Amino acid sequence: MSKKNPEYDFKWCPGCGDFGVRRSIESAMINRLEETGLPMENNVVVAGIGCSGNLVHLLEGAQPYGFHGIHGRTLPVAMGVKMARPELNVLVVAGDGDFLSIGGEHIAPQAARNLNICAVIMDNGVYGLTKGQSSPTTKLGEITSSTPYGKMEAEADPLELYLTMGVSFIAAGFSGKPRELTQLITQGMNHEGFAMVHVQSPCTTYNDTFEMLKGNPKKGIEPLIWDVPEDHDKSDKMAAYALLQRRGLPLGVIYEDADRPSLDARMEEMRGRARQRTMQETLDSYEL
Amino acid sequence: MEMKDFVVRFAGEGGQGVVTSAEGMAQAATQVGYHALTYATFPSQILGGPTWTQARISDSPILSPGDDVDVLVAFNREAYDNHVDEVREKGVIIYNSNDFELEGDPRSFGLPIEELAKSTGNTRAANMVVIGALAHLVNMPQTYLDEFVQKRFSRGRPGDEEIIRSNIQAMGLGRSHTAESGLSVGDLAPPRMPDYKQIMIKGNDALSLGARAAGVEFYVGYPISPATTILLWMEHNLIGEGKFAYQVSSEIESITGILGAGFAGKKAMTATAGPGFSLMSEGLGLAWMAEIPLVVVDVQRGGPATGLPTKTEQSDLLACMYPAHGDVKMPIIAVGTVEEAFYGAIKAFNWAERYQGPVILMTEMSLAERVQNIPKPDLSQIEVEERQVYQGKNGYHRYHGSEVSPMPLPGSPGAYVANGSEHDEMGDTTHLASRHIQMTERRFGKLKLLEEDEFEADNTQESIALMTWGGSKGSALEAYNQLRQRDVPVAWYYTMFLNPLPPRLLEELRKKELVIVPELNYQGQFSGILRSQGVKAESITQYTGLPFKVRDLVQKITEMTKTRRKETVGA
Repeated sequence: MSKKNPEYDFKWCPGCGDFGVRRSIESAMINRLEETGLPMENNVVVAGIGCSGNLVHLLEGAQPYGFHGIHGRTLPVAMGVKMARPELNVLVVAGDGDFLSIGGEHIAPQAARNLNICAVIMDNGVYGLTKGQSSPTTKLGEITSSTPYGKMEAEADPLELYLTMGVSFIAAGFSGKPRELTQLITQGMNHEGFAMVHVQSPCTTYNDTFEMLKGNPKKGIEPLIWDVPEDHDKSDKMAAYALLQRRGLPLGVIYEDADRPSLDARMEEMRGRARQRTMQETLDSYEL
Repeated sequence: MEMKDFVVRFAGEGGQGVVTSAEGMAQAATQVGYHALTYATFPSQILGGPTWTQARISDSPILSPGDDVDVLVAFNREAYDNHVDEVREKGVIIYNSNDFELEGDPRSFGLPIEELAKSTGNTRAANMVVIGALAHLVNMPQTYLDEFVQKRFSRGRPGDEEIIRSNIQAMGLGRSHTAESGLSVGDLAPPRMPDYKQIMIKGNDALSLGARAAGVEFYVGYPISPATTILLWMEHNLIGEGKFAYQVSSEIESITGILGAGFAGKKAMTATAGPGFSLMSEGLGLAWMAEIPLVVVDVQRGGPATGLPTKTEQSDLLACMYPAHGDVKMPIIAVGTVEEAFYGAIKAFNWAERYQGPVILMTEMSLAERVQNIPKPDLSQIEVEERQVYQGKNGYHRYHGSEVSPMPLPGSPGAYVANGSEHDEMGDTTHLASRHIQMTERRFGKLKLLEEDEFEADNTQESIALMTWGGSKGSALEAYNQLRQRDVPVAWYYTMFLNPLPPRLLEELRKKELVIVPELNYQGQFSGILRSQGVKAESITQYTGLPFKVRDLVQKITEMTKTRRKETVGA
């Protein structure tokens, strides 16, 4: 929206990973539009608070609906939208601080419900918008503006966390590979259930991990990222755990359980079983 | 002596059938043409713990639970010890002689409740033994009660006849056993069957039913006393085509869930009590800021923090009116009776849709659990308002202008960002002073749409007025009626609409020398709000966890009117 709007003055820093994520989300939504014939207005992007949440204002071209609400609460808002209107395509965009720290309590219940949405998490290992404090994915011992003597907690492992909480689709992406990321987001949106696409999206200002992720042969830096092997059985939870034990960061679909019914499906099934009474019948049941 | 009404209190352990006895008595009485109102407090535990419920039975509509107990039914010794002081001088105490023996109280007699029930061959007829005993004490003709039993248990099932026989026998045993005691509390006036249809309903059910009548489509909630029964009602009555009700993981999920549903176009609601309401603060601010219609019910209990979970209080008014940080002031409807719970819920939805924002519907513990017979609502007379929805093709800005504007819904043209940050017309974040001024004024200006005309007013020429709020209405109105009989010069005003107040009402209140506000909190929250709006208001406060007694209000109001008149004369 922002292109037409001089009032909106927020900008990502040059080189920010979130640019790549935005492009991937735009492409995935346009592909979906072409595939389904449904209008762009059929998409709702629920955004968290932080650099990444501003993505909802920075999308270019045809505009989806957006919801830019409260820090940490993207998932239950998305739940309300999706439960109310299952025909909508609901996307969550949030950062590691919003999603894993203040919003961490909402992941397990949505995984248990198998809420039929796709959440794209932009992980930069730092709180960017508040200028460089430590986040759940900041490394142990790291010095940041809020950890002058080093971070005291262990670094969270989001992918393992999602797996343990029972998320039914888990993919890992990198903002520097937008074409692949588009594919993962498309797969996540098509998944009938709770899809997590966890993206490494480096912060060039406070935690620039580009080189570390991609590697640099000249400096002798081995890349951290590697592609999930083609023979990985993504329906096998133990194989997914095994994959996550290997050094570095796998990119691709880590785990997918395509058989579990989504919350929408369960709601429909329950509607079929629940007692149906009109307002008048309900009122009459109280008559003396 | 003919009595217009009587109060019976059932006291014992949780799980002894204390509540079912009171509600059974109320059911029986209303079936034969009396009016009934129950009042209950529960222990915060599943089984055991002292609990009591009382029913007030009258030949005319009832306003309050009643000050004094005419008959105490004590299921155990502890119940007798705890409640005997509240039995009026000429009252009677029935004690369960299957549980304990009592000597030296001439007002009491033992009733072997379970034993008598057992002798009929139906141990579940224990309630009927007690109802029979009560009927004798107030000289209620047995034919009424026999009819009630016939009607209630004629369900076309094979065992009906036997159940009817044993229940009638149980009532007869209770009656004859009581007759032997020689005790009585008087003759209850004969019932006058109302000439209109009635329903018998609990406050929280009436509120839920009202929400349903208003078209609620989406409900999520989290269990918390005394609001849980609304969640349960919705789960039993709202799951269907385009509708759903669901228990979520926290009150934060509740408020954000209905934010999502309200944004997506549904009439959405949640209900909670104090602690849950506190967790909803941030979400309520967002609903105000992003202009999303929704209804939040606060069933007040004693606070702060966990407070008194099973007692009544009216101490959340300030929290409900100003729940969030920043410049907000929530529309508030506070219901005062079971009937108002039904109509107030409808109004709350109408308000939310009309001004496109959050509405707080306040009720309280004493109303939530109150069972009462009320006139059956006529659904054809109910006005339901719908949201103004954007129907155009595109190029529309959701937050355009300084007034309420059509709301685009996902799936249709008009895409925007519902934004909790200050925003421009299309919902993008902005920091411009001119925008913050425009949008702040827009949000407050919309409250004008909620200014209602109607309010209760009586004897308005007096310069001293009585104006309570919420669940204290019944006791205050009963006190007012007594004051009028004694020619105490006082006017009556009342409204469910606490914010915004009906403008004509506010105008009248400002002209009064004194507005007396009975309310169940320490600070005098409503009188403080009235004073801030230029009304000379003073509270009568009480913070016992119990409702006002009519007697206390009559005494205090009389004193306040006398003092004020002396001051006026002295000046």
